[in-house]
Amino acid sequence: MRIALFVTCLADTLFPGVGQATTALLERLGHQVEFPEAQTCCGQMHVNTGYQRDALPLIRRYVETFERYDVVVAPSGSCVGSIRHQHAMVARRYGDTRLASRAQSVAERTFELSQLLIDVLGTEDVGAFYPHRVTYHPTCHSLRLLRVGDRPLRLLRHVAGLDLVELPDADVCCGFGGTFAVKNADTSTAMLADKMRNVLGTRAEVCTAGDSSCLMHIGGGLSRLRTGVRTVHLAEILASTRDGGGAW
Amino acid sequence: MTTFLGMPDGPDPPGAPTAPTAPRGVGHLRGGEPFKIAARRALADSQLRRNLGKATAHIRTKRAAAVAELPDWEELREAGRAAKAEAMRHLDGYLEQLEAQVTARGGTVHWARDAAEANQIITRLVRATGSAEAVKVKSMVTDEIGLNDALAAAGITAYETDLAELIVQLGHDKPSHFLVPAIHRNRAEIREIFLREMGDVDPGLTDNPPALTEAARLHLRRLFLSARVGISGVNFAVAETGTLCVVESEGNGRMCLTLPQTLITIMGIEKVVPTWPDLGVFLQLLPRSSTAERMNPYTSLWTGVTPGDGPQEFHLVLLDNGRTAALADQTGRQALHCIRCSACLNVCPVYERVGGHAYGSVYPGPIGAVLSPLLTGVEDNASLPYASSLCGACYDACPVKIDIPSLLVYLRARHVEEAQRTHRLPRAEAVTMAAASWVMADPRRYAAAQRAGRSGRALSRGGRLRALPPPLSAWTRARDAPVPPAQTFRQWWRESGRRRS
Repeated sequence: MRIALFVTCLADTLFPGVGQATTALLERLGHQVEFPEAQTCCGQMHVNTGYQRDALPLIRRYVETFERYDVVVAPSGSCVGSIRHQHAMVARRYGDTRLASRAQSVAERTFELSQLLIDVLGTEDVGAFYPHRVTYHPTCHSLRLLRVGDRPLRLLRHVAGLDLVELPDADVCCGFGGTFAVKNADTSTAMLADKMRNVLGTRAEVCTAGDSSCLMHIGGGLSRLRTGVRTVHLAEILASTRDGGGAW
Repeated sequence: MTTFLGMPDGPDPPGAPTAPTAPRGVGHLRGGEPFKIAARRALADSQLRRNLGKATAHIRTKRAAAVAELPDWEELREAGRAAKAEAMRHLDGYLEQLEAQVTARGGTVHWARDAAEANQIITRLVRATGSAEAVKVKSMVTDEIGLNDALAAAGITAYETDLAELIVQLGHDKPSHFLVPAIHRNRAEIREIFLREMGDVDPGLTDNPPALTEAARLHLRRLFLSARVGISGVNFAVAETGTLCVVESEGNGRMCLTLPQTLITIMGIEKVVPTWPDLGVFLQLLPRSSTAERMNPYTSLWTGVTPGDGPQEFHLVLLDNGRTAALADQTGRQALHCIRCSACLNVCPVYERVGGHAYGSVYPGPIGAVLSPLLTGVEDNASLPYASSLCGACYDACPVKIDIPSLLVYLRARHVEEAQRTHRLPRAEAVTMAAASWVMADPRRYAAAQRAGRSGRALSRGGRLRALPPPLSAWTRARDAPVPPAQTFRQWWRESGRRRS
């Protein structure tokens, strides 16, 4: 299947390994990945900070870049959540009904990675190997905006060598929330402290999730405190194989 | 009828809808400081953190179990949402129907444009009875308008009779939760308040909950038996018969609603529901969502005046205080569906950590963060829509399906648009956002910015970035920042020799 990758501005700029892993994983499963270089950002930061008008050009860019593809994947529940739930809404708010209907149509063909793998590609066992003790944080937008449910866990359970440990209070927000982490940094930190306490309590070496943004937040805290626990995106675990497939 | 209840149709254009908002200088809808500042203080209060964490975790677990018992919970939520939407759609008609029914059954209806007018009406009504005291049923709306202060200024003492409200009143404190207004207090603190403030208390009082409750019961019983005026809010008002409904757990409400000669009830105009079957839906949704009970212990229903039984004089005050402004806002309108169950507070990770006082308004938590700015105008509660990580737990818990996260995002947009319209110079944030939009609207500019951002690598120590300049310094106070990689994804893609598209 030909699959367009929306890598997200965050992964493109700061976590290229997540995009590389998504590419490697899908190619290993026999699919053709395309990366339209005209892509930039979904505009969620603008929308969620109140700058909806400034988000419009980004929404238009997303739609124009991806509407020629049948299937688009992004390694982020949050960005896909914004594409699905905000793009058409913002376009409508500024009276651009044509952009709204185009955005709606592209959004329906845009999938978060675990949704793509299970719902579109019909696979739970991607043939990965990852010999580590791992705990999974279901990011809020994956969980409550996209309703990915236990799809990421089903994928992780099929990973050879992986010791999956349940995260207590998993469904509670890590405190990231985009610009919330800066605007209300103290409250965000208090939420992060509880998330880190739960992660550390599992004795996992790795905390994984489907969003680089939440992982950047949790990982930033774990790193600051020198906990020795690292954050790894779900795509990077699923891309890892016994013959060193994780070393792209 | 003096209240404007216009409902313009069509999408909300950028630019705020205009209708009178709740006036400044009266009531408790505005805090004295931004959320961020108040939250910082609350976060440092370890007793508060412990009290709140324990209480909300307990009620979250109970609520989840109570909701899980009902196979048709989602259908009930939808029915509740639909009933409220219908009531809001034809609010003018339902309110006039309510007024006609209450009047026909011996009650008197008063329309109050705002908090000041409501306080004046109620003060006048209490004075007319010749009493200088009134007993109160727990009521959010009387807290909203600052009724106790207004009565005190007129020489009238209002006694709170709900146990938690009594604790708040005796402690010269403010409520911090809809349902559990003293959730920020533990039993040791409550014992101290009772010993200090309750004149008739046993000096040997322990902090055993039954002992504390008994002390309050003895204290309150005397008030119930002597009071000539009762003051209440309502949970629901059924338009078709003019019947009012108060649900509660302690029986103090029943006392206040039946023993005094005069009953004065105040309700926000959004409390009206069309029919009794609608009430049936809400009486299932509310207890499970708020106290995690199948049914609340006391449900009081009354219709006007019943000769020879209960209060012989009954007044109903219908309060606007910014509700029409919220109603006129097609997106914001759904916040008026709120039945004050507090489920969203209990599941909110922000509320759990900062408590209710940080929100400034008498309406805290996720719903308060949307309701308060809608009632006062966004500029008067500008920090509240940002007091959320948009995690969405509130939306899932809401028994009438208010999409609180979307409302928060919408109110942030209203705030930004109003600020941009009224301030001549754009703020630093607005400049940054506009610049980011300009850069990211074009892939060449975006790639150039990525290259420039790589200079951040020079700041890293041992693979970590420990300090960023403001405003990102707020991030690096507690978290490391990722070091920009040597190569962006798009550079890697090109170099990997994969297809260009």
